[in-house]
Amino acid sequence: MAELTGIGVSAGLAGGPLLRIAAVPALPEPAPVADTAAEVEKAFAALAEVVADLGRRADRATDATVAEVLRAEAMMADDPMLREAVQEGIEGGTDAVHAIDAAFATHRAAFEAAGGYLAERVADLDDLRNRAVAVCLGRPMPGVPQPGHPYVLAARDLAPADTADLDPQQVVGLITADGGPTSHTAILARALGLPAVVSCKGILDVEDGTLVTLDGTTGVVETGVSAEAVDAVRAKASEAAKAIADSSGPGRTSDGHAVALLANVGSGKDATAAASADAEGVGLFRTELLFLDRTREPGLDEQVAAYREVFAAMAGRRVVIRTLDAGADKPLPFLHQDGEPNPALGVRGLRIARQRPDVLTTQLAAIAQAAIQTDADVWVMAPMVSTVAEAAEFAAAVHAAGLPKAGVMIEVPAAALRAEKLLGVVDFLSIGTNDLSQYTFAADRQVGTLAELLDPWQPALLQLIAACGAAGKATGKSVGVCGEAASDPALAPVLAGLGITSLSMSARALPAVRASLAAHTLAECERLAAAVLDAEDPAQARKLVS
Amino acid sequence: MPTRTVTVGSASGLHARPAALFVQAAAAAPVKVTIQVGEKRAVPANSMLSVLSLGAKKGTEVVLAAEGDGADEALDSLADLLARDLDAEEPANG
Repeated sequence: MAELTGIGVSAGLAGGPLLRIAAVPALPEPAPVADTAAEVEKAFAALAEVVADLGRRADRATDATVAEVLRAEAMMADDPMLREAVQEGIEGGTDAVHAIDAAFATHRAAFEAAGGYLAERVADLDDLRNRAVAVCLGRPMPGVPQPGHPYVLAARDLAPADTADLDPQQVVGLITADGGPTSHTAILARALGLPAVVSCKGILDVEDGTLVTLDGTTGVVETGVSAEAVDAVRAKASEAAKAIADSSGPGRTSDGHAVALLANVGSGKDATAAASADAEGVGLFRTELLFLDRTREPGLDEQVAAYREVFAAMAGRRVVIRTLDAGADKPLPFLHQDGEPNPALGVRGLRIARQRPDVLTTQLAAIAQAAIQTDADVWVMAPMVSTVAEAAEFAAAVHAAGLPKAGVMIEVPAAALRAEKLLGVVDFLSIGTNDLSQYTFAADRQVGTLAELLDPWQPALLQLIAACGAAGKATGKSVGVCGEAASDPALAPVLAGLGITSLSMSARALPAVRASLAAHTLAECERLAAAVLDAEDPAQARKLVS
Repeated sequence: MPTRTVTVGSASGLHARPAALFVQAAAAAPVKVTIQVGEKRAVPANSMLSVLSLGAKKGTEVVLAAEGDGADEALDSLADLLARDLDAEEPANG
């Protein structure tokens, strides 16, 4: 038995024999072109077949995201510039297969040079190229095995065309040698609910048929395991699935310590969905959607109506509404902000109120009016607060508007370090882990290659969360987490152990988080929290809780 | 030549879904439309690969250009599409 480690990108356990994606045909020696027109026709027909095949897969896909990704891929294969390059190649004396190869290579180089998001799309281009080359050579398109029994699929990187066709009766888990947390493999695995590990070096050296197990949370892959080990993992996975399906009601540990499970919403429609998903309330109501694309600020009445819709959907429950989070990288036309040299460090969030106090005043008045008209428990918080003075000023404005509960987001280290002082002037804190990671590690959230720094299991981030949790305990006030970290079932007990009193996430993530909390006592949560704070790195931290 | 300067409004930039919707619309236009970012070469707006390679993010300014009958109407509707947050809108086949 050997152990390999990658990055866990889709939670869950799986086990079975490992099978790889069918091999890509090797390019034959270049051949002379006798009939240019016929050769062009052959190349175009191969590309057209790839486009048609992707279209058929998109039609079959039951998941809307998967279908959309496949259609986008089909558009890449159907590209007029690509066909033009192929035709030029053939007219220059290159045969169809090599002309296709060369045309894709040009775009591949451009994508790679661009880096970031486009570099991760290189796998899509390679897949299209391989399919077109296979068709052109009269071979079957490379693809996913269909052995008729459950297995773990291995590949260098999965293309959407592969993942879309996965039969969940057969494929129980995914392991790729390449890919990052934002690659298509990761996104689609989560959409399909399949445990997945990416960036697992060495997986391609494992022979087909070898029994393996994988943990989509920790990224650990065991190879050469026994059939009993596979059975044990499968039993554990189905038990976990059952626990998730059976979970309902308020969030709590197995010994009854309450951790409120809330939903992140942006509209009344979201709030209705969250209410039916058994959310105890809304932990983050983003109001910026109402302001986007507007050349003029939405008026008081329009704001009242929009807020009331969400409050009404959550009648009797808590709704934490965040005042306008915009500026800099989220520019709003009506604010007329000039370009800033370093937008993430610019005038954004509550800082906008320094220049435009009227925007905040109007918004608070609208929230207060909407709150009176419904019986939701409305809490108000400000984004991007850095100092106690800012927090005190905001709380005064909230209270002046007649709203009883004022809080602030913890998104910068300065605020986390002063959590207890902040709780001296506000009623609650809510930690935005995405931004807090960004500012703690000086790593732009938009840069895919920095994803490991933005891992919510980074001990430094957890230490800042711990400081906030301790402040909450000391003052007896509520400290919640909203953002990516709150939706990770494995992290939920750790956060509870750090003193976090509520978790807010997309409604879809609620059941798994609820089940995970219910599987631990508070004392266990506290022990896990202490262990994780002591971990060397995210990988070790994940292992400690598994 | 008629042109329109527009700021990309989609949260994810001119990637994935927003790019697909834009390229589809450009391909359906009665005139050939090009799209350009900064000093880079203008590329055909009906080419998914070329549009993706622009690497346009939310807030990036792009220039659309077209010539011929219906150029102005086509540019207006494409500019309108680009300015919207296409990520926030419901998938058509949802």
